[in-house]
Amino acid sequence: MSTPERGRRLALLLAAALTLPSAGLAGGKLGAEPIAPRLGQPVGAADAARSDLNVYPDGRGLPPGHGNAAQGKALYDAQCAVCHGPAGRGASAEELAGGSEPLTSEAPDKTVGLYWPHATTLFDFIRRAKPMFAPGALGADEVYALSAYLLHLNGLVGADDELNARTLPAVRMPNRAGFVGIDAQAPAAAR
Amino acid sequence: MSDRRRGAPAPVAGGGLLHRRVLLQRGLVLATASAAGGAAAQAREDGRPPWMLTPGQPFSGYGQPSKHEASLQRRIGGHKLLPGNGVSWTPLEDLEGMITPAGLHFERHHNGVPDIDPKAHRLLIDGLVRQPLQFDLAALRRYPMRSHLGFIECGGNSNAGWHPEPIQRPLGSFHGMVSCNEWTGVPVAVLLKEAGLDPKAAWGVAEGADAFAMHLSLPLARLMDDALVALYQNGEPIRPEHGYPMRLVVPGCEGVVNVKWLRRLQLATGPVMARNETAKYTELQPDGKARQFTHVMEVKSLITSPSFGQRLRGPDVYEVRGLAWSGRGRVRKVEVSADGGKSWAEAALQGPVLPKCLTRFRAAWQWDGKPAVLKSRATDDSGAVQPERELLVAQRGLNGYFHYNAILAWGIDDEGGITHVYA
Repeated sequence: MSTPERGRRLALLLAAALTLPSAGLAGGKLGAEPIAPRLGQPVGAADAARSDLNVYPDGRGLPPGHGNAAQGKALYDAQCAVCHGPAGRGASAEELAGGSEPLTSEAPDKTVGLYWPHATTLFDFIRRAKPMFAPGALGADEVYALSAYLLHLNGLVGADDELNARTLPAVRMPNRAGFVGIDAQAPAAAR
Repeated sequence: MSDRRRGAPAPVAGGGLLHRRVLLQRGLVLATASAAGGAAAQAREDGRPPWMLTPGQPFSGYGQPSKHEASLQRRIGGHKLLPGNGVSWTPLEDLEGMITPAGLHFERHHNGVPDIDPKAHRLLIDGLVRQPLQFDLAALRRYPMRSHLGFIECGGNSNAGWHPEPIQRPLGSFHGMVSCNEWTGVPVAVLLKEAGLDPKAAWGVAEGADAFAMHLSLPLARLMDDALVALYQNGEPIRPEHGYPMRLVVPGCEGVVNVKWLRRLQLATGPVMARNETAKYTELQPDGKARQFTHVMEVKSLITSPSFGQRLRGPDVYEVRGLAWSGRGRVRKVEVSADGGKSWAEAALQGPVLPKCLTRFRAAWQWDGKPAVLKSRATDDSGAVQPERELLVAQRGLNGYFHYNAILAWGIDDEGGITHVYA
C-alpha cells in the first residue's frame, strides 16, 4: 500500500470512529457508513441449501417425497392428537379442522381450512417444529402425509390424493385472499 | 395531611389532577399506593441498626438482588405438557424508571430456551445475495456496533383487553409482555451489504436456533433501516432466554420478529408466509379479513401505580406513575384523567425521552376519597393518539387477539381499593 493510500485509509477510519459517538442510541441506523471488517466465511449454495427449512408459497424449498391422508392419519394419531385432539378438533393446542363458524361470526373457527392462506405453510411448520417433543424427527414423506391428512380433514384434498413438491403448492386454500398487509405488502406473486 | 393539602395548587383537571409542575415543588410529600409494609428490624437505643455493628458481606462476582426482594419475580404461564411453550410476564407494577432488569425482561418462547454452544453457533446469510456468508460470534464481536435502548413488546401483549369483562389481575400479569433494555450489536445492513444484495431481494426471512426453529419475514427496507444483530443486553452478553448468543432486534416492532437465537437470514422476493405471520400474529377483523404484517407496535401507555392489587391509604396527594411508548417514534405527551376521561391533565415526562423506547411519566393527583377512574392517554411524535377501548373494539372487533393498545382504566372505590374497569 502506498503512503497516500495509507493516509487516506487512516483518515477514513478516523472519520468513522468520530461518527460513532454521535450515533448514540439511535438504533442501527447508519448515520455514516462504518468501516467494517469483512469476516463472513463464504458458504457454497449446496451447503446453504442443506440446512434450509424455508418453504415458500410457490413451493420453493419443498424436498422430494410424497404422502397421503391415510398415511398421515396414523402419524397424527400417534404424534399430534395428544395436544391437537382427535381429527384436529383442538385440545390444549388449537383446533386445526372441524370448525364451521365462518370468519365473520362472533366466535370464528380459525382452522387450516377456514383461515390459513397457504398450504405450503403446513409443510414448512410441521417439518421445522413438529412434533414439539422431538422436532426434526419427521422425514419428508411423513411431513407430506401429515400435511395431506390435515388438508383432507378440512375437505381440501381427497383421502388418496398424493401430495408432493408439485401438488402441495397447487392446493387451493379458501382464505388465500383473506389477508391485508398493514406495515408491509407481500408482492402479488406471493399473496 | 391537611397541612400538606393546604396551599396546594388548584386542580387542572377533574377529579383532583394537579399541574405537573407540582411534582417539582419542594416540601410536597407524595404518598404512594403500596401493597403492605412489614416488621422492621430492631435498632439500638443510639439508633444504630444491627448492620452498622458488624462488617458487611464481602464482594461478589456477580451481584444479585436483595434477599428481601425475592418475591420480585416474572409470573410464569406455560403449556401443561410443554412448559417451555408459554410466557413469563414482567411485573411492571413493582418496577420504577424505564429500564427492565434483564432477569425480569418478559419471555415468550414457543418451545423452550435452547442451550447453545456459542463456539458452534453460526449466523448464515443466504438467498438473494451475491455470496452466502456465515459469521461466528467471535467475528461478529469485531464489527462496529450500535446500541438501541428500547422496548420489545409481544404482539399478544394486553390481549386480555379483548375480553368482554375486565380481567382482575396485577398489571404485569396482563400487560407485562413489554420490557425495555439496551441492545447492542452489529447493524444488519452492514452484514447484508457484505454478502451483496441481489436487486431482486425485497424481504428477509429470519430464523432462530431453538427447538421451534422460529422464523418470520420482514421487508428488506426495515432490516436495512435500523435492525441489529444484537450480541449484548444491558451491556452484558445476551441472556439465554433472550437469545444468547445473538438475536435480531427490530426497533419498534412486535416481539416475534425480534427473532432470538438468530441462525439464518435468507433474502427472498417475498415473505415465506410462516405459520406465525399467517395462522398467528394476524388480526381477524369483523369483516372476515385479517390484518397481516402488523409489525409496528402502536402508541400505548399504562398507569403502573396506583394499579390493581395496591390500595390508597386515604385522601392525600398521590403520584400517578406510568409507562408510555410507541413503535413509530418518541412519546410526545401523556395525559392523565381522574374522571374517566372527561378531562385530562398533561403528565410530566421523565427524560430521556427516546424513540421506540419506554418513557416514564408522572402526575400529581389529589384524591378526595371519592370513587374515581384513572386513565392515561399517550400521543406519539407521528401524531397518533392512544385510542379508548370502545373505539378500538369498534374498529377491530373482539377477535383480533393481537395488537391491543387501548387506554387502560383503573377504578378507585371510596375505600381506596383498585379494580380494572372498562369506562
